Amino acid sequence: MLTRSSLSALSAALLCIPAFSYAGEWSGYISGEFRAFANSPTDARQHDNNLSFSAQPEYYTDWDNGRQSFTVVPFVRWDENDDERSHVDIRELTWLKAADTWELRAGIRKVFWGVTESQHLVDIINQTDLVEATDGEEKLGQPMINLALIRDWGTLDLFVLPGFRERTFPGEKGRLRVSPRVDTDQAIYESGDKEQHIDYAARWAHYLGDWDIGLSYFNGTSRDPRFAFGQNNKGQPVLIPIYDLIEQWGLDLQATLGDWLWKFEAINRSGQVDRSGQSKSYTALTAGFEYTFIGIANSNADLGVISEVLYDERGDDALTPFADDILLASRLTLNDEQSTEFLLGMIFDSDDAARLLTLESSRRFGDNWKITLEGQAFINIPDINTELLVGVRRDNYLQLEIARYF
Amino acid sequence: MHNFSFNIKHVGLLALLGLPLLAMAETPEEKGLAIAIEADKRDTGWQSQTASLEMVLRNRHGQESKRNIRTKTLEVDGDGDKALSIFDSPRDIKGTAFLSYTHALVPDEQWLYLPALKRVKRISSNNKSGPFMGSEFSYEDLSSQEVEKYSYKYLRTEEIDGREAFVIERKPAYKYSGYTRLITWLDTEMYQPLKIEFYDRKKALLKTLTYSGYQQYEGQFWRPTNMSVVNHLTKKSTDLHWKDYRFKTGLTSRDFDRNSLKRAR
Repeated sequence: MLTRSSLSALSAALLCIPAFSYAGEWSGYISGEFRAFANSPTDARQHDNNLSFSAQPEYYTDWDNGRQSFTVVPFVRWDENDDERSHVDIRELTWLKAADTWELRAGIRKVFWGVTESQHLVDIINQTDLVEATDGEEKLGQPMINLALIRDWGTLDLFVLPGFRERTFPGEKGRLRVSPRVDTDQAIYESGDKEQHIDYAARWAHYLGDWDIGLSYFNGTSRDPRFAFGQNNKGQPVLIPIYDLIEQWGLDLQATLGDWLWKFEAINRSGQVDRSGQSKSYTALTAGFEYTFIGIANSNADLGVISEVLYDERGDDALTPFADDILLASRLTLNDEQSTEFLLGMIFDSDDAARLLTLESSRRFGDNWKITLEGQAFINIPDINTELLVGVRRDNYLQLEIARYF
Repeated sequence: MHNFSFNIKHVGLLALLGLPLLAMAETPEEKGLAIAIEADKRDTGWQSQTASLEMVLRNRHGQESKRNIRTKTLEVDGDGDKALSIFDSPRDIKGTAFLSYTHALVPDEQWLYLPALKRVKRISSNNKSGPFMGSEFSYEDLSSQEVEKYSYKYLRTEEIDGREAFVIERKPAYKYSGYTRLITWLDTEMYQPLKIEFYDRKKALLKTLTYSGYQQYEGQFWRPTNMSVVNHLTKKSTDLHWKDYRFKTGLTSRDFDRNSLKRAR
C-alpha cells in the first residue's frame, strides 16, 4: 500500500519528532453502521442489508509553543460482506512546523480545496476512498511534503506528492458498485514509475473583502481512473482502472454577500483520456449559490436553499455521470443543542429523466454520541451499458450510523 | 468586593468636587455615550487575550449539556477585534474552529474550519442574532463591544446586588441585530456590565444576562468568572464559566489568519 517514496516522506515526518515523549492527547470515534437496501442487487453475488464497524483514533501532540506538532490518525473498517471495504488506512501522520511567514508539513495528510457542494472539481490532492462513502466525500491519506508561504498577497501552498494512492472500489460482494466490478489488482499506469510517480501541485489562496479565491495547479497521475474491459484470473469480466498522467488548472471562488453564498469552481485538464478514447484537454465547472433563510417561522432554525449547475465539456464522453446536470438541495439547521441538521438534495440530468436523490442528517445524543441517517436513491437510471450509474440502479439505500466519540 | 468601601468614598469625593454640576450640562444621550467611551478606554491596551470557558446549556427541564471552548482574541485599533474559538467538546465537533474579524457596523468576516472534512468554509455573518452553539447566547452577545455598535441613553444610577451601577439604555446601530434595545447595569467602579436585559424585535424582554466573580488582571482589565443568561420565552439558560485568562500573550495577526484555523488546537 505504501510505496518506497511515500515511506521516505513518512520517515522525514518521524525524524522531526524529538526522541523524548510529550504529553499528547487521544481523541476519535468508534462507529457502527447498518445499511438497508430497498431492492435485491443487480448482480446476484452482491449482498443485501449490511453491517459494518469503523474506528478512527487520533493522537496529537505539540511542542515549541504550539509551533510544532505531530498528528497520527489511523482508520480501520470491518465490513460484514465486502472484503474490499474491510480496510485499514493512515488518514494522517504529519509533522508540522509553523513559522511567521511559512508552514511546513511532512508526512501523510488530507487536504481539501474548493467551495461547492455537489462535486469537488478542484479538490485533487487526495484519492477518493470510494468504499467508505458512495458520494466520494471520504479520502485516503496522501504522502506529501507541503510548504505554505504566507504573505500579504495570500497563501501559496507548494506540494511534492511522492507515492500515488489507487482509488478503492467495492469487491465482488460489495454494494454499491459498477458492474462488472473494478479489479484494482490489474491497475494500469501511464507513467513507467507507476504508483511511484512523484506528483506536484500548487495553490494560491487569498481573500479580498467578501471574496475568497483559490487558483491551483496539479501535474501528475490523475486521481480519476478510466476503465478498460478485461478479465480476472477466474475468467470473469472485470473493469481495469487506468491512471493517466494529467495536468490540471483549477479556480475556486466564493462571494459571501449577506445571506447569499455564490460559488464557482472550474478546472481545465489535459492528458486525461475520455470514454471515446480521446485525450483532449477539457473544461468542467460547477457554479451556483446557497441562500439562507435565517430564523424561519420565528425559530432558531435556518433553512438553506442550494442550487448548482454541473458541467463537463466532454458531455457523454466524460468519466463522471455529472456532465450536464443541476443540483437542487435544501439544508435545515435547527441550531439546537444537539446540532440537528438535514440536507436533502437531488441532482437532475438535463439530457434524460435520471435523478440522484441524497439525504444526510445528523443529531447528537448526550455529549458523546452522534446518530447519522443517510440515504441515496437512483431514479430513472437507464438500463443500458453506456450508462455510468447502471450498476447502482437497484441500490437505493438508507444507512443508520451510531458513533461514540471520545 | 474588598475595595467597595473605597469606591463609595471615591464617588463621594468626586461629588464634593462638583462633578454633578458638570453632568447637568449633559443630555442623557451624551452622558450615556461618555460612559461607553470611558468603559471602552479603560478596557483598551490588553493587546491579546486567551481564555478557556465551559458552557453549560440547560433546558426547561433542567437537563444539562456542556461545551468546552478555548478563545483567543486580538485587539485591533479602530476596528472590532479578531477572535478565534476552538471547540474541545462535544467530542464530535472537537477541533472545529471559528474565526471572526468583527466590525462595528458592517457584517463580520467569518470562517469555520471543519476538521473531519479538512475544509475551511467562509460563512455568512449577517445573522449575528443567531444562537451560538445551540446556546442562549447569540454571536452578537459574544462579539467585541465597540462603542459605535449602539446609541446610548443614560437612565439613572442605582444599586444592584450591593454594587453601584449606571443604568444605560443601548439601541443597536447594526441593522441585522436581534434586539431593539438593551438595558445595561454598568458598574461605576469597574466600568464593566453587571446585568443586561435584552429586548427582542417585538420589544418584549427576551433574556437577562448577569455577570459575577469579576477579577482584575494586569492591574487594569476586569473580567467576569461567570456569565449566566436566562431566556424568558423558552425558560432555557446558559452559563459560561471562564478561566485561565491571559493578556498580552504575544499573539499576532498571523495567529488569526485562515492558515491558523487549520492548525488551531
